[in-house]
Amino acid sequence: MDKTIAAISTPLGSGGIGVIRISGSDAVAVADKVFKSVSGKKICEMKGYTAAFGKIYDNNDQIDEAVATVFLSPHSYTGEDVVELSCHGGSYITNKVLTTVLNNGAVLAQAGEFTKRAFLNGKIDLTQSEAVMDIISAKGRAAARSALSIKDGRLRSEIDEVKSILVENAAHLSAWADYPEEDIPEVSGRNLLESISSAEEKLQKLLKGYEIGRAIKEGVDTLIIGKPNVGKSTLMNLLSGCEKSIVTNIPGTTRDIIQETVVLGSAVLLLSDTAGLRDTDNPIEKIGVDLAKKRLKSCGLVLAVFDASMPLDENDHEMIELLGDVPSIAVINKSDLETVIDIEYIKRKVDNIVFVSAANGDGLEELTNAVGELLGTAQFDENAAVISTQRQRECAVAALESMKEAVQALEIGMTLDAVTVLLEEAIQSLLELTGERATEVVVHNVFSKFCVGK
Amino acid sequence: MSYFRGKFDVAVIGAGHAGIEAALASARLGCKTIVFTINMDAVGNCPCNPSIGGTAKGHLVREIDALGGEMGKTADECMLQMRMLNRGKGPAVHSLRAQIDRRKYSETMKHKLELQENLQLHQAEVTKLDECGGFWRVTTRMGAEFEVGAVIIATGTYLGGRIYIGEVSYESGPDGIFPATFLGESLKNLGLSLRRFKTGTPARVLKSSIDFSDLEKQEGDEPVIPFSYDTEEQLQNKVVCHISWTNEETKKIILDNIHRSPLYSGMIHGVGPRYCPSLEDKIVRFSDKERHQLFIEPCGENTEEMYLQGMSSSLPEEVQLKFYHSIKGLENAVVMRPAYAIEYDCVDPLQMNNTLEFIEHPGLYGAGQFNGSSGYEEAAAQGLVAGINAALKIKGKEPMILDRAGSYIGTLIDDLVTKGANDPYRMMTSRSEYRLILRQDNADERLTPIGREIGLITDQRYNKFLKKQELKALEMNRIRKKVIAPTDRINDILVSRETSPITTGAKLVDLIKRPQLSYEILKEIDDDRPDIDPNIFEQIEIEVKYEGYIKKQLAQVEQMRRMEKKLLPHDLDYKTITGLRLEAQEKLNKIHPDNLGQASRISGVSPADISVLVIWLSK
Repeated sequence: MDKTIAAISTPLGSGGIGVIRISGSDAVAVADKVFKSVSGKKICEMKGYTAAFGKIYDNNDQIDEAVATVFLSPHSYTGEDVVELSCHGGSYITNKVLTTVLNNGAVLAQAGEFTKRAFLNGKIDLTQSEAVMDIISAKGRAAARSALSIKDGRLRSEIDEVKSILVENAAHLSAWADYPEEDIPEVSGRNLLESISSAEEKLQKLLKGYEIGRAIKEGVDTLIIGKPNVGKSTLMNLLSGCEKSIVTNIPGTTRDIIQETVVLGSAVLLLSDTAGLRDTDNPIEKIGVDLAKKRLKSCGLVLAVFDASMPLDENDHEMIELLGDVPSIAVINKSDLETVIDIEYIKRKVDNIVFVSAANGDGLEELTNAVGELLGTAQFDENAAVISTQRQRECAVAALESMKEAVQALEIGMTLDAVTVLLEEAIQSLLELTGERATEVVVHNVFSKFCVGK
Repeated sequence: MSYFRGKFDVAVIGAGHAGIEAALASARLGCKTIVFTINMDAVGNCPCNPSIGGTAKGHLVREIDALGGEMGKTADECMLQMRMLNRGKGPAVHSLRAQIDRRKYSETMKHKLELQENLQLHQAEVTKLDECGGFWRVTTRMGAEFEVGAVIIATGTYLGGRIYIGEVSYESGPDGIFPATFLGESLKNLGLSLRRFKTGTPARVLKSSIDFSDLEKQEGDEPVIPFSYDTEEQLQNKVVCHISWTNEETKKIILDNIHRSPLYSGMIHGVGPRYCPSLEDKIVRFSDKERHQLFIEPCGENTEEMYLQGMSSSLPEEVQLKFYHSIKGLENAVVMRPAYAIEYDCVDPLQMNNTLEFIEHPGLYGAGQFNGSSGYEEAAAQGLVAGINAALKIKGKEPMILDRAGSYIGTLIDDLVTKGANDPYRMMTSRSEYRLILRQDNADERLTPIGREIGLITDQRYNKFLKKQELKALEMNRIRKKVIAPTDRINDILVSRETSPITTGAKLVDLIKRPQLSYEILKEIDDDRPDIDPNIFEQIEIEVKYEGYIKKQLAQVEQMRRMEKKLLPHDLDYKTITGLRLEAQEKLNKIHPDNLGQASRISGVSPADISVLVIWLSK
């Protein structure tokens, strides 16, 4: 069976409403994972041609409100089960909803794929309105143009670097398998592992560039955490330049996550202030704390706030442990007061440390620089974001997956024919990324690199 | 002067490996068939290596046999040594190769053609083909005219053949047999576009003049595994081969005389095979390589001629003598036949569709080297497909098209008619994207049902196949159900193989799945194992161990097949489709793919072009 696909079906960037269309045999199941209707009715319980109002969740985090419209096979555009999620427009929200859908079992639709499926399932015929077809074929042309412009550009050369490592290995494996009686050097598992890992690293770097590019364009999820009353809300207000959070000195005043988009030097931060991290019996506050802990795992940047005037306590220690691998900056607040806190201990645990006084604005510049450094936005040349679209990212991720599988196959001792097939799969994904067709890349390489013949 | 000689359903031009399979298939499917050969003693000739099979080629032979072709059976009958190549590199690339007695092979094949009902073998040079609307007229050099329903061209290296040895060159087919000099002109008049390809063969030397004492031996595998599913007798290895190497002296002799090679002096214009370079090619292109390997292989049981695999050349005879003598073991070798290069006419296969019929010329088919391929096995595979399709056409039945996901034969033909061939095309396992499914061990599963439906598989053979499938299903079921208790005995085995012991009962199938274990290793704890063909165990083991990868490939196959169901009209002018890029329009107009899947494999047609086609189709 074909995979279930999803894509944003409304024009990017503008418009009050964005529609994410999901199509395929798992469309309903995927939608049920991300959408909870207000009425409590599940999408799998809904009839075709009906709609429900509800909310979109990424795990337990609410992303947006949305209307889900259900079309059941064969009565849909593609002829498959289709769920359309209509959420708020704008590229940030719609991309976020799409990413959530993709994380829950759908794969990104290629250009024209909905139409292709509609056609393959016999849904589109001659009587279909000309206007609809024109719009779609215009899309096809646009895709062709973008494939061409990519071809000459930087993306091509960067991807080619990764591709050539893989092609060389695949060619060596092929020559070794297809010409067993030539003196082709034995393919060593270790060399192969090292080589694939180096390609993996390069591709990871390109994907990282995509993330930074997005951080610049669309912002990076940033969480401000810290035990109650260390000055998180004051910091947030300093960064956003206006009073958003309720600032009091009663611990536990901020219970919900409050969001704000701020431009901090080179970076755009989608800033959330959270309830203070502390063990609590207050049920409402507890929900806020749990939510913050969960979000910590998925966000792009954490500002962990400490009170310079107080010694480290149990809550601080717990927070430091929670940070794990998440990019973090320790913000030592109240630097205008006498420093009591164990700075050396924090330095050992957190790589980046900045002193501020949120109340009077000291240290803002240092914080700005630290954020730019950590996110990589400070020195980032936007042209270096060679992977720039979801589709390209999707192809790169698929290639990376195949490479990881190849490494895994090597490690568990599978024979090299299986490894070869996985390498070729990765090459295929990279060719798709650059808009090329697989011709005879591997075979050609065999003949140019190896002296083989009967 | 010409005269009318007879009417046939199918005419096959050429009785090499392609022509033989084409003629046998056509006759066996009930078509009155005539086969033309320039020389009756050259039927089924092996003018190059005395061996059949090899990597990917072994797959082809198995597939030919599974469909009801003849090559595998005859190779078994004439085999001198059998090896399974690539053991240890994974089941996808296991390939059988046989050293054969080349005279016996030729004689056996000729005899099979003579005995075949509906088939007439005729020595004549075909000089002319006329398309007469509904039938074809085939004219020989003697003026004999035949009216036939379909023609299969399988001219090999005979068509416009020219041999080169240094500065000497003359018109010739292989092995000094005269070439086909007139047919090419007739084909051009039909509008076919021909081009020149080139290939070559090494010298043959006298066995008693070779000093084998210091050479490495290469023995056959025991027990011998046959090609054919029909071969039941246990075959025996009869010969050994030997390995030697070229050296600095060889290299020097060749480089000193390179200007005398017709390849480098510009005499030969034909495109040579990348996979089968001459020794001078290897030395020039890979100049940093110190030495090149050669295999010394016997040509038969009743001859002292030895074949020097890897040493083909078109240098002058005197230079050949010098460089052959520089090689260890060959110091005093007596060269019986010199190496030569041969240039010949072949067709651009993009003019054909997947049945191997010319798109513009209904009833005209091509197979083998004529289509731009190389190798006996590649030729036989195409001959079989062309023969079957010509017969099906005569009988008014639907054609047989093998797809890439079902066979190497399908992959070979799809590559030829979709991508074309810029140099002689050789089958390789790396050409198949589905190679974990297309294994030599399961060729019968993939193709015997198709062969049966077409009518080339006998009742006896088919029942044997069904029985094997039944036993396999039973055994698969048994290992899926059988639970192995966590005894010391099993855990000793597991630990000794460096895999973790079991603490609760484990399914036998899950133990077989572990990379460190095998059917063989688990034999002693598997007490109710049935006494069946060990090939079944091998096949099940592969399917179990590679299950995840096989499933992945099957999903890709599913997707590809859906694309192939969307047919593209043959008379479509792609220039009229807006949105297609210019390059895509040109390629599509040249190749005229049958369906969307095939279109997507054409180089120069991008994914965006395919989207445009999808939309066009839906309008």
